Amino acid sequence: MSQSTPVSPLLGRLTWESFPIHEPILLWTFIVVAVLGIGIVAVVSYYRLWGWLWREWFTSVDHKKIGIMYIILGIVMLLRGFADALMMRLQQVMAFGASQGYLDAHHYDQIFTAHGTIMIFFVAIPLIVGLVNYVMPLQIGARDVAFPFLNSLSLWLTVAGALLVMVSLFVGEFSRAGWLNYVPVANIQNSPDTGPDYYLWALQIAGVGTTLSAINMVATIIRMRAPGMTMMKMPVFTWTAFCSNVLAIAIFPALTAAFAMLLMDRYVGTDFFTNDAGGNPMMYWNLVWLWGHPEVYVLVLPVFGIYSEVTATFCGKRLFGYSSMVYATVVITILSYLVWLHHFFTMGSGASVNSFFGIATMVIAIPTGAKIFNWLFTMYRGQIRFELPMMWVVAFMLTFVVGGMTGVLLAVPPADFVLHNSLFLVAHFHNVIIGGVVFGLFAGMYYWFPKAFGFRLDPFWGKVTFWGWVIGYWVAWTPIYIVGLMGTTRRVRHFDDPELRIWFVIAGIGALIILVGILAFVIQIAVSIRNRKALRDTTGDPWGGRTLEWATASPPPFYNFAFTPVVHELDAWHDMKCHGARPPVSGFRPIHLPRNTGAGVVLAALALVLGFAMVWYIWWLAALSFAGLLAVAIGHTFNYHRDYHVAADEVARIESAARSA
Amino acid sequence: MTTPDPQEAAGAAPVFYQAEDAVHPGSATLLGFWIYLMSDALIFATLFATFGVLRSSFAGGPTPHELFDLGLVAVNTTILLVSALTCGLAMISLHAGKLGAVRLWLTVTALLGMAFVGIELGEFREMIAEGATPQRSGYLSGFFTLVGTHGLHVTFGVIWIAVMLVQLGQRGLHPDNRRRLLCLSMFWHFLDVIWIGVFTFVYLLGVV
Repeated sequence: MSQSTPVSPLLGRLTWESFPIHEPILLWTFIVVAVLGIGIVAVVSYYRLWGWLWREWFTSVDHKKIGIMYIILGIVMLLRGFADALMMRLQQVMAFGASQGYLDAHHYDQIFTAHGTIMIFFVAIPLIVGLVNYVMPLQIGARDVAFPFLNSLSLWLTVAGALLVMVSLFVGEFSRAGWLNYVPVANIQNSPDTGPDYYLWALQIAGVGTTLSAINMVATIIRMRAPGMTMMKMPVFTWTAFCSNVLAIAIFPALTAAFAMLLMDRYVGTDFFTNDAGGNPMMYWNLVWLWGHPEVYVLVLPVFGIYSEVTATFCGKRLFGYSSMVYATVVITILSYLVWLHHFFTMGSGASVNSFFGIATMVIAIPTGAKIFNWLFTMYRGQIRFELPMMWVVAFMLTFVVGGMTGVLLAVPPADFVLHNSLFLVAHFHNVIIGGVVFGLFAGMYYWFPKAFGFRLDPFWGKVTFWGWVIGYWVAWTPIYIVGLMGTTRRVRHFDDPELRIWFVIAGIGALIILVGILAFVIQIAVSIRNRKALRDTTGDPWGGRTLEWATASPPPFYNFAFTPVVHELDAWHDMKCHGARPPVSGFRPIHLPRNTGAGVVLAALALVLGFAMVWYIWWLAALSFAGLLAVAIGHTFNYHRDYHVAADEVARIESAARSA
Repeated sequence: MTTPDPQEAAGAAPVFYQAEDAVHPGSATLLGFWIYLMSDALIFATLFATFGVLRSSFAGGPTPHELFDLGLVAVNTTILLVSALTCGLAMISLHAGKLGAVRLWLTVTALLGMAFVGIELGEFREMIAEGATPQRSGYLSGFFTLVGTHGLHVTFGVIWIAVMLVQLGQRGLHPDNRRRLLCLSMFWHFLDVIWIGVFTFVYLLGVV
């Protein structure tokens, strides 16, 4: 292992050159971020909100607040990831023939790596985990998750990972090795800089958070369902969240181990993924894709659950084929574990291996197709209300089916040999991730927003958001499909053939239309907060919902349910409404709840310092923060007073206030 | 699609709300910890698979025949298996409510764990002195990482026992301590199971 840069005992390899003040783009980005940051700090300080933020939010173990904070993290990081996307689109519009565009290869490679990393790990995952966190315990009639402190820790570890990625923008550089940090590019010989280290430490920290969160959700669903809610009476969203989190537990260890071995290669000089001394780079690809392919389903399964809930509610019918929906979800969960090799058919593992993985991949289309038909049959003869969430469902079905079909096309090994690493592939996975996951997240956020805040989102700006995203998606990605089919490869910074340029110009226009959608979403939230009185929902059930989250007030009290709901049928809340069941107005009992704790924030902050110190070889700081992590974690176990009771008359007061609102 | 509710069938209105908290049989913590152990098992599975791929990638370096002293490994295996027994005795004492015996057997378990880690570190030091470093070959990278990860787990187990001994001293067999001891016991036995795999696949099959 050769070290070109000197490592000082005090600051490791951190020097003045590590700060990219000579790069105008980064300098301006830093100025904008700094001004925004100072502005937020100033506003919070002016209104003296720090204490409130710390007591009510940062230290909260309430699954609802944690869910909301996850979603805020996802939306903020979406803005960063989308800025990367716009920069790539602009570069590909400019860099033809004699023009080299405005980004050098060094910078461009960091941007496409950061874009993919952020969009999957710090946008899609936090948004999904946030929605599951908020909605699932309400749907099963629970008062919190199984491990409330762990939930807080998971959130803050994810935030720490996101912060470490953001730090890499202004101190040192990020990885240039693609969104899964591929070797051999990410090997120490080829990337001696801080890039892959930032990537690895950020994702290890966030990955611990995601794994703990998944364990928490699975234990919650197994142990904490309301009386009478058998597995086959669980709402479909809860089922999909269950399968998604089981899958996450099954795959994240492989990623953690693969990253740990790459860290060993980079820090200790071992030979796992090197080209010499008996190492095997393709092993890294196998391990990260053993995580990577199921991860797509970790993201998309809960979203299928959202589509199911929204379709049933806005068609005013029970979901068509509930059991088949559950079985399809389980089958997808299992099959998703058996297809990872289709990401590198060109590795050369032979015809029989490629055939197995190709066929396994195509088979996944069958349960997924069954789901599409179930949604269509639910709509058939339903009284469809085209409110915002339902509009996203229809856009999803039209968009996602195309992405699914190009996926089956790519699953054919001979076709994949032609299309491997082409822009056709890039268009395919953006088709399923935007058309599947992102559209579904919007459907979910619009559907459950009134539950979380007690008022609906403004429909006009919601429609602008909707059309911006849907039209923008098609304008941006259809040309990429076309140039990909012509043979254009991915991760290219400069093109020689001027005939391709028109397609990239169209794609750039599409990205701008999506930008309109994103800005409209931000405006929509601001406008809705301003008009919240007019948009207020006092019923707790604005859409005519069918599941238990609608059985409590909006926003729900911190204990969720004053009385434990008893479940007799699928669609428990619909069943209650049919029987005219009303919650009792007296006879309240004290409610047992977990206490807030700042331990999660402190542990995550120490993990962030540890990550930063390791990236920069500041060994004393790394040792100190690791010792701090151990000490705080052990110290937390000496706290035996983790819960309290809300007095019965306090519950009665809150409930009567909610009724009279 | 759903079975008729017995109360409804009898003509009474079904009960939709109950004042009592829902009773959740079994401890969520034990279930959650068990799931965590399964995820940890998958980390080991990944390391085992990697070791399997690299098991003949000697790159001209030393092979298992030249490296391993099976006698020493047998001693170490025995120590760890005996520690599983003493850990089990601690659990029996816990069920019997004998605080002193719990602390005694936990102390013995921790000492055995420390002996295990000490012997393992001695083995590592000897190998490194002979030039069989983790950097030498893919095979040795896989060996040190897999065996070292297990050793790191045992080390954390020893730290955990030390913390438990303090907490037992402070609060005795508090329900929280009981729950933690059950998790600790699962963790310790899990490390035993992993070691059986290491012993078999790394050492025995290595020298066959």
